[in-house]
Amino acid sequence: MREARVRRFVSALFSFFPIFLTLAIFLALLIKSLPLLSLKSLSTLIFSSSWQPQKAQFGLWTFIIGTLWVTFTAFVLAVPVAVMTSIYIAEYASGKLKKILTPALDLLAGLPSVIYGMWGILLIVPFVSKCLSPLFGFSSSGYSILAAGIVLAVMILPTIVNISVEVLSSVPAELKEAALSLGATKFEVIYHVVLKKARAGLIAACTLGLSRAFGETIAVMMVVGNVPQIPNSLFSPAYTLPALLANNYGEMLSIPGYESALNLTALLILLIVLIFSLLSRLYLNQMRRKS
Amino acid sequence: MNYNRPEKNKANIRQRKIADSAFRLVSLFSVFLVTILVALIIVSIFLKSFPALNFSMITRTPGADYYLGKEGGILNAIVGSLELIFGATLIALIISLPTVIFLNSYLKRTSALAEAIRFSLDVLWGIPSIVYGAFGFLLMLTFHLRASLLAGMITVALVELPILSRAMDETVRLVPAELKEAAYSLGASRWQTATRVTLRQAFPGLITAILIALGRGLGDAASVLFTAGYTDRITTSLFQPVATLPLAIFFQLNSPFPEVQQRAYASAAILTLLILIISLIARFLSRRFSRHKIQ
Repeated sequence: MREARVRRFVSALFSFFPIFLTLAIFLALLIKSLPLLSLKSLSTLIFSSSWQPQKAQFGLWTFIIGTLWVTFTAFVLAVPVAVMTSIYIAEYASGKLKKILTPALDLLAGLPSVIYGMWGILLIVPFVSKCLSPLFGFSSSGYSILAAGIVLAVMILPTIVNISVEVLSSVPAELKEAALSLGATKFEVIYHVVLKKARAGLIAACTLGLSRAFGETIAVMMVVGNVPQIPNSLFSPAYTLPALLANNYGEMLSIPGYESALNLTALLILLIVLIFSLLSRLYLNQMRRKS
Repeated sequence: MNYNRPEKNKANIRQRKIADSAFRLVSLFSVFLVTILVALIIVSIFLKSFPALNFSMITRTPGADYYLGKEGGILNAIVGSLELIFGATLIALIISLPTVIFLNSYLKRTSALAEAIRFSLDVLWGIPSIVYGAFGFLLMLTFHLRASLLAGMITVALVELPILSRAMDETVRLVPAELKEAAYSLGASRWQTATRVTLRQAFPGLITAILIALGRGLGDAASVLFTAGYTDRITTSLFQPVATLPLAIFFQLNSPFPEVQQRAYASAAILTLLILIISLIARFLSRRFSRHKIQ
């Protein structure tokens, strides 16, 4: 019996690790960003756009705006395609087509971000600079918000589709059959029954995609240009918060306040992603309660 | 419904039919677009990569002037990445396995603690790997570690932990309750039931979960950027820096020399092939093992 209790205790100990780790990451980053927060208020750090570590100015606004532009572009490009694809897979596709599409999406989901970044440099950046930007009357090197948005959109597609297909498939067949028996067309069934029932789940799926896009580092960094300026169009380069971390973290020890500023950046990313997680959780719970 | 005016009714039906097929077309088009994208990515990477691929890429470490375009290969990064992910996945597995057993065998499905653990796993799953990289770096500072294989392993293990735990939890949750009850009724303890019945029944899923984690660890660059360092030699100790494939691609791609960029493409082909192999093994194994599963 003692042995059983020990086993129970040990496995309980291990299972507290995720909770402990979440708190540890949060606290470590918070403690490390406190030195800067005690000098300047959080709002000046967030809303100032002057980033000059040598002069002890650590305004993050440029990077926040850059991140928002890139994330938003990716989101707008990915969501319609992802949702429509999920609807086709869940409602129309034959078993055979599903058997081809699922591994293809899994493959897309499994590709490392550095490969996406390379693909972006090879294909999307020239495409943006040679085709898209002249078309809209801009001149651009191609290393731009749009390029990053396109690459990111492709990256988050499988995340959104996988969850959405699951959500859509969980709508009870009886409900759909009831609507069909009343003479509704397939479109009407999807629009009035399936989407209504699955709405919260779809929002959750899109939120997760948004959160993925927000935190993506390497692929974005490779195609976004990394120019710290407030962007004025989709074709201008930008700089994102994760890219700021990736380019500067680890070599920051010599300048006072710099380390703290970068840890604050990491903390900001963590907090925003946490909000996304909470939101998607909320929507998923709402969906589960309804069904 | 307006039964008095059949001609209006007919027009209405035609409209609804048009909307129906239009919707179907649009969604079909989306699928088409996604298929084209997948094909485009794979084809463009392999077309660019395979011409640059040669045997010495995978059998040699970088030579003296490798980064100026002279001879050598990326054996250091291939071996380094494999060392890193096996170590990291082992660490992640050591933490996840008891967690999953505890969640599914000791706690009730509705328990608040189980809910809290699963939620924290969801949160961890959502944290970008760059934040793990930063946290790993802070850990290194605390424990006076240099950028090394060990530090990289720990950081990648943290990245893999939520992926592994959630995937394993999902498969273990699918094990029928009757099976567990049968074991309990024979007098088996919770631990015996968990290790000899539940985990065995979920085995194919567990293998798939491990392979997914391996693949994720293999491709992750942001977490090893400040924690694993980089080296041109093959790493032989936990405390030496280690080269990884994603970073090899990243660094070589930034080079101004076209020869070196070519090698980045070749390295990308190697990385993509490794990931493809891992996912194919996962598919094959899960199919093979599921033949013996009690349905």
